[in-house]
Amino acid sequence: MTRSLVLAEVVDGVLAPVTAQAVTAAASLGGDVVLAVITQEPQDLLEAASLVGVTEIVTVAAPGSDRDHEQALAAAAALVADIEPDQVLAGFTIRSSSYAAALGHLLDLGVVTDVIALRRDDSGSLVATRSIYDGRVHAEVELDASRPGLVLVRPSTWEAAEPGGSPSVRSLAVDIPEPRVRSVELVRPSGDVDLTRADVIFSVGRGVGGPENVAVFADVAAKFGAALGASRPIVDAGWLPASHQVGQTGTTVKPRLYVAFGISGALHHLAGMQNSQTIVVVNSDKNAPLFGHADVGAVEDIHDVVEQLNLLV
Amino acid sequence: MKVLVCVTQSLEVSTYLEFTADGRDVDPAFVTALVNEADLCAVEEALVLVEHAGGGEVVLVSAGEGQAEEALRSALSLGPDRAVRAWADGVVLSDPRSVAAALMAVVESESPDLVLTGVQSSDTGAQSVGPALAAMWGVACVPVGRRLSASGSTLALEREFEGGIVERVEVDLPAVVTVQVGANTPRYGSFKDKMRAKKADIDRVEPSSLPPSRSTVARLGVAPTGAGRSLELIEGGPAAVAARIADLVREVQS
Repeated sequence: MTRSLVLAEVVDGVLAPVTAQAVTAAASLGGDVVLAVITQEPQDLLEAASLVGVTEIVTVAAPGSDRDHEQALAAAAALVADIEPDQVLAGFTIRSSSYAAALGHLLDLGVVTDVIALRRDDSGSLVATRSIYDGRVHAEVELDASRPGLVLVRPSTWEAAEPGGSPSVRSLAVDIPEPRVRSVELVRPSGDVDLTRADVIFSVGRGVGGPENVAVFADVAAKFGAALGASRPIVDAGWLPASHQVGQTGTTVKPRLYVAFGISGALHHLAGMQNSQTIVVVNSDKNAPLFGHADVGAVEDIHDVVEQLNLLV
Repeated sequence: MKVLVCVTQSLEVSTYLEFTADGRDVDPAFVTALVNEADLCAVEEALVLVEHAGGGEVVLVSAGEGQAEEALRSALSLGPDRAVRAWADGVVLSDPRSVAAALMAVVESESPDLVLTGVQSSDTGAQSVGPALAAMWGVACVPVGRRLSASGSTLALEREFEGGIVERVEVDLPAVVTVQVGANTPRYGSFKDKMRAKKADIDRVEPSSLPPSRSTVARLGVAPTGAGRSLELIEGGPAAVAARIADLVREVQS
């Protein structure tokens, strides 16, 4: 029988949503699902970690912050040695990808990141699908069955496992090394927007042109009761605070309606919004890759469209 | 201060595309290759660090054959001192561990104070080569970094997390940092640098030991359009588009 180890993602002392999604991905392979929780006070998270499909929870009390990826690496290596899983799963997040490839090197694991589908083929090998080249191509990556595989799953791709399971619980003691990456200060973004809670998001990209135009879209979004999102270049240019950024290093969103204005659809943006319920894309470039992921599209100048939207409020 | 920067080509594919006969690559006829955006940001960080240190060297490295050489020549035109290519039969460019092992051979021969690379390649985005290389070298890795500054043997920088959270950290050198896309605006090289890049001798280092490949790209395929979505194009001009968006918003909010 196969055995999966899922490494929980803990952010600010809370289990991140991708954990329950990774549990679903692991459970789809059958067999046992062991969920490992590495954090300062693991007992506080036991209830949240008792997800349907989890057979056992293994806790590691770790003194450092949840951003200490060297601590996570030491704990994960000890967990793999103790549990001897056939595959290890975690979310494709900055915290996990900070140490995943290092774990792969230390323990000789096959590592596949940013995975959107997972299956076992007839020969027993794990096959992980990645979405590459701005989502235009799917790559099937086969993991060597002679060694455990380490798979990082793209957030918001699998449904979340439900709470209310009744797994057994045990703890594992791990020697955690002193962090070589020393934390000096943590800075949280200014800004009041919580994109994860928005039903409707209007998002702007490079096509917006300049900061003065961002204000026009912000105004229209507010009038329609939509949150304002942005692609990475808008945040890099300093036109909006980082809390507005949708994408791999920003926020992964899944609103009921996502309207992208002037966003071409680079991989890191697509990964952050492609599971939105309805996707509308407005772009003057008919070849923008994001059209390939839209339900409704229009090849129009976004400034003309926003002007018309303003008349409809 | 000696900074080694790992660069690669990132591929853009056309809207219509075909695959090679073995199904493991996109047919080169449908591909445009450019130096990876995040790697250029890493080169810029390296150049600024060495300028501020008052001296030193920026050395580029890329793993691969012809495309690696193209990436090195493009990135050399920004002004780094020289470039080295890592290659041996058996390096699997689709396997980040294999790429990291190839780069490691150059880390060993160059003994830099710092190794930089982009946070990810824009085309396949695995975010794995930097952390794997740091583990092989036995040094700390700071992923998704920006605003690097060195003081003696200590590097101070910011690392990013999801949602715009930034942690200011310090790390002793040597270390590996993966530089965030958009961390800076890479310079355009001077005409002199561009000419030099064209003619530069690029040494080749042959990695002696490569890890067994534990993951293999079995096949590529065209992604199903929009994961089951079918695109409805709105015609009729901006007013019609705006009306449709307003209707969709009302449906969600009702």
